[in-house]
Amino acid sequence: MKHLLSTQDLSRSNAISILDTAEEMAAVGDREVKKLPALRGRTVVNLFFEDSTRTRISFEAAAKRLSADVINFAAKGSSVSKGESLKDTAQTLSAMGADAVVIRHWASGAPHRLAATDWIDAAVINAGDGTHEHPTQALLDAFTMRRHWARLSGTGSEGADLKGMRVAIAGDVLHSRVARSNVWLLRTLGADVTLVAPPTLLPIGVEKWPCKVSYNLDDTLAQGVDAVMMLRVQGERMNASFFPSTREYSRRWGFDDNRLRALDRLGMKDTIIMHPGPMNRGLEISAAAADSPRSTVLAQVRNGVSVRMAALYLLLSGDTREPAQPVLATAGTAHTKESN
Amino acid sequence: MTSVTSAPVPARTVLNSADIDRALTRIAHEILEANKGSKDLVLLGIPRRGYPLAVRLAEKIAAADSSVDAAAIVGQLDVTMFRDDLSHQGTRPPYPTKLPRTGIDNKVVVLIDDVLYSGRTIRAALDALIDLGRPRIVRLAVLIDRGHRELPIRADHVGKNLPTSSSEKVRVRLEETDTPPGGAPTNEVVIEGGS
Amino acid sequence: MAGNTGTYLIRGASILGGEPADLLIRDGVIAGTGTGLSAGDATVIDAAGLVALPGMVDVHTHLREPGREDAETVETGTRAAALGGYTAVHAMANSTPVADTAGVVEQVYTLGRTAGWVDVRPVGAVTVGLAGEQLAELGAMADSRARVRMFSDDGICVHDPVLMRRALEYVKAFDGVVAQHAQEPRLTAGAQMNEGEVSAVLGLTGWPAVAEESIIARDVLLAQHVGSRLHVCHVSTAGSVEIVRWAKERGIDVTAEVTPHHLLLTDDLVRSYDPVFKVNPPLRTDADVQALRAGLADGTIDVVGTDHAPHPSEHKECEWAQAAMGMTGLETALSVVQHTMIETGLMGWADFARVTSTTPARIGRLGDQGRPLEAGEPANVILVDPAARWTVDPYRMATMGRNSPFKGRELPGKVVATFFKGHPTVLDGELNTPYPYAAAPAGAA
Repeated sequence: MKHLLSTQDLSRSNAISILDTAEEMAAVGDREVKKLPALRGRTVVNLFFEDSTRTRISFEAAAKRLSADVINFAAKGSSVSKGESLKDTAQTLSAMGADAVVIRHWASGAPHRLAATDWIDAAVINAGDGTHEHPTQALLDAFTMRRHWARLSGTGSEGADLKGMRVAIAGDVLHSRVARSNVWLLRTLGADVTLVAPPTLLPIGVEKWPCKVSYNLDDTLAQGVDAVMMLRVQGERMNASFFPSTREYSRRWGFDDNRLRALDRLGMKDTIIMHPGPMNRGLEISAAAADSPRSTVLAQVRNGVSVRMAALYLLLSGDTREPAQPVLATAGTAHTKESN
Repeated sequence: MTSVTSAPVPARTVLNSADIDRALTRIAHEILEANKGSKDLVLLGIPRRGYPLAVRLAEKIAAADSSVDAAAIVGQLDVTMFRDDLSHQGTRPPYPTKLPRTGIDNKVVVLIDDVLYSGRTIRAALDALIDLGRPRIVRLAVLIDRGHRELPIRADHVGKNLPTSSSEKVRVRLEETDTPPGGAPTNEVVIEGGS
Repeated sequence: MAGNTGTYLIRGASILGGEPADLLIRDGVIAGTGTGLSAGDATVIDAAGLVALPGMVDVHTHLREPGREDAETVETGTRAAALGGYTAVHAMANSTPVADTAGVVEQVYTLGRTAGWVDVRPVGAVTVGLAGEQLAELGAMADSRARVRMFSDDGICVHDPVLMRRALEYVKAFDGVVAQHAQEPRLTAGAQMNEGEVSAVLGLTGWPAVAEESIIARDVLLAQHVGSRLHVCHVSTAGSVEIVRWAKERGIDVTAEVTPHHLLLTDDLVRSYDPVFKVNPPLRTDADVQALRAGLADGTIDVVGTDHAPHPSEHKECEWAQAAMGMTGLETALSVVQHTMIETGLMGWADFARVTSTTPARIGRLGDQGRPLEAGEPANVILVDPAARWTVDPYRMATMGRNSPFKGRELPGKVVATFFKGHPTVLDGELNTPYPYAAAPAGAA
């Protein structure tokens, strides 16, 4: 695996390998010395064309826990103000000796161009490109779901997938890279996905995606879900007529207190509520839902560091010139996993 | 890595199942002797095959000293992240590290591995151990010592000394890790190749 | 020596794909056809195995000059045209300054004559500055030395229905035609690629087919209502083909054009996010490609227009959203049409001549182009080797633009010679010399 650009072309074995490695990385966070020397001497560059303190800090923490050196590069250059070109920026970083470039960009496909051209030699990790993909977010979401799902079934997480888990993803799917990455990864891991949104916020062609589609959040909840993932919605979208008002949006598609109570009433005591953050409390998710014991928002953030450590480790250690092979270690030792 | 050929590789068995069992019994007694008993003993196996060997040793120690709970003194120490050859070996996901409930601080930790060769795995294990806590004493027990050390590392307890040439391969097969599906459990140490 | 552009005997060429014959070219005209013509003092060109066709006429090219000489100039663009088998090109008006006055169109016309490689016919803008608010001085451009007959805001749609109606009516005064770039602007705000399954997955804003079809539907009805002729640029969807077919069945005077790239490429190519595939209108689905081929074969689509759109490399070596839209096409057009239409059995070379020469000349009102290959006609002739195969290498093209979507592909067919007004601009597949206007008689067109 030379790059991590999307979950769409992440094989099941590679995905499970990343999640299993992330479990071990999470264990490091519980130790006195929260550091591993695995990436000592390597340089990871955070190349962020879009502001995102949270994701950048998460990647920075991940790299540092593996003893890598981190350089933060807040690149200018938007559709409004053209700074240095992507090509020039990339070649400058390459000349500075970057081993991995973590790139977040407002243009869909920018990480793919970096990986496809000869501008840089480093491993490329997509930290979110436009409305296209956000693979590490989907991986940390899956990691969080997997721990929950495994705990419910009484088995360990290691080597497990999400077979049979019912996941509803609700919100602005059309503009969401988190939704796209999650749909592909959850499908690969065997979960059942339902997308819930107003028709204006679903892309043409969504009927071909490996998931169900619904316009009604209450019906979807009533049919039974094990995890509800709420996507951030921008209030300004009402100015482009995607929905008439934030009030109507919240009432129909927001996870409000009524729906929180509905989960209890329907006897779904183990259903978790997820959100990639940052949250618009009161718009797509009520404060009570965000703060309820069902909410995994903070766990998702914590797990983000472990998952990003796993991604960096798997991309940077080892001979990256090898042809892509499943990285999964052959299951051999029959050992039980002590819970973390 | 030597190239894989389809011609049968010359091999000779140097330890069979009974030999291995006797060696482990002797090592278990040596561990108790060096420690003057079982107090504060912790056995940490290095994956993959070090762990089942540690489990067997713990059982033998418990058989010799009834105050010992075998399961409570065994653990696994993964050293993948501490290796010095990470960028030459191909990516390997780490195995879990599991310490006994009573931890390793102030304990007598015996590292267990199947084969001692260059010594780099044990160097990585010492680095991993230091990040986990502060043992009072660290010792090393191996089933096979095949020589060719590249670092100043030596084992305290050795099952068998096997002088080998570097063109030979030492293969350890244990029933816990190497039983093929539907096949017979095997325990043996084989030297392959040479000349 | 007045009017002496040389004498050439083309021996044994397959005329329009038919029986081999000889063509004698002298003083700018076809002096004779037949078999076994005597050479006399003519330069003999052995054309065994080659197909003779009328010089191609492009209804849709971007020469970029004035204003964007970093992308292309009239000199480099017309060299590319000659190599591609063209003897005339219509140069679109979206230059800087816009070709919306007699002054600018005459400038482009003069640049074309000075270069001398092909007949450059400037297209006049429909609205001042392409702003879509006020009609440009269409009459002045028609009367200028450039003798503009085609008017287009190409790049931008004339979306105001009242303005489109007025333009359609006004050009009737001088037998002009409005060439519409059909794209409803509000339905395509921020659009990056075809709206469909691929855009949904790639996270790129979609350009829905209905934004093209709805404008064409409106415009054919307007043309019918005011009794004017309409030309539709770069038709790209199956639905558009059906609307044009419907209009023609009703006797509406509409002509339609398709680009070579829309006959071959689909939006699946965008999955690589390589901006070489970014174009307006965008690459569509395979169903659209098949409908366009069928439409070209049955005459619903009248002509092939390249929409040759060179860009400097920094506008293509970047993120998709930042990249400019457009593909080069002059030097690959013949090969792509041969590959998609002739080798698939949908058309023969005679049809090829119709859609690349005869009909485009008629639409642009070029009296001396697209003529039959008969004695007395102007000698705008090309020789093509249909058996040749070549690999597209943008760095070996005459166009300054390196943005060819066919880069690396092997294509059939090569232009061996191009005769422009009886003078060979291309010989043996290489550029020769431009037409010697200075040496020609004063009355030469």
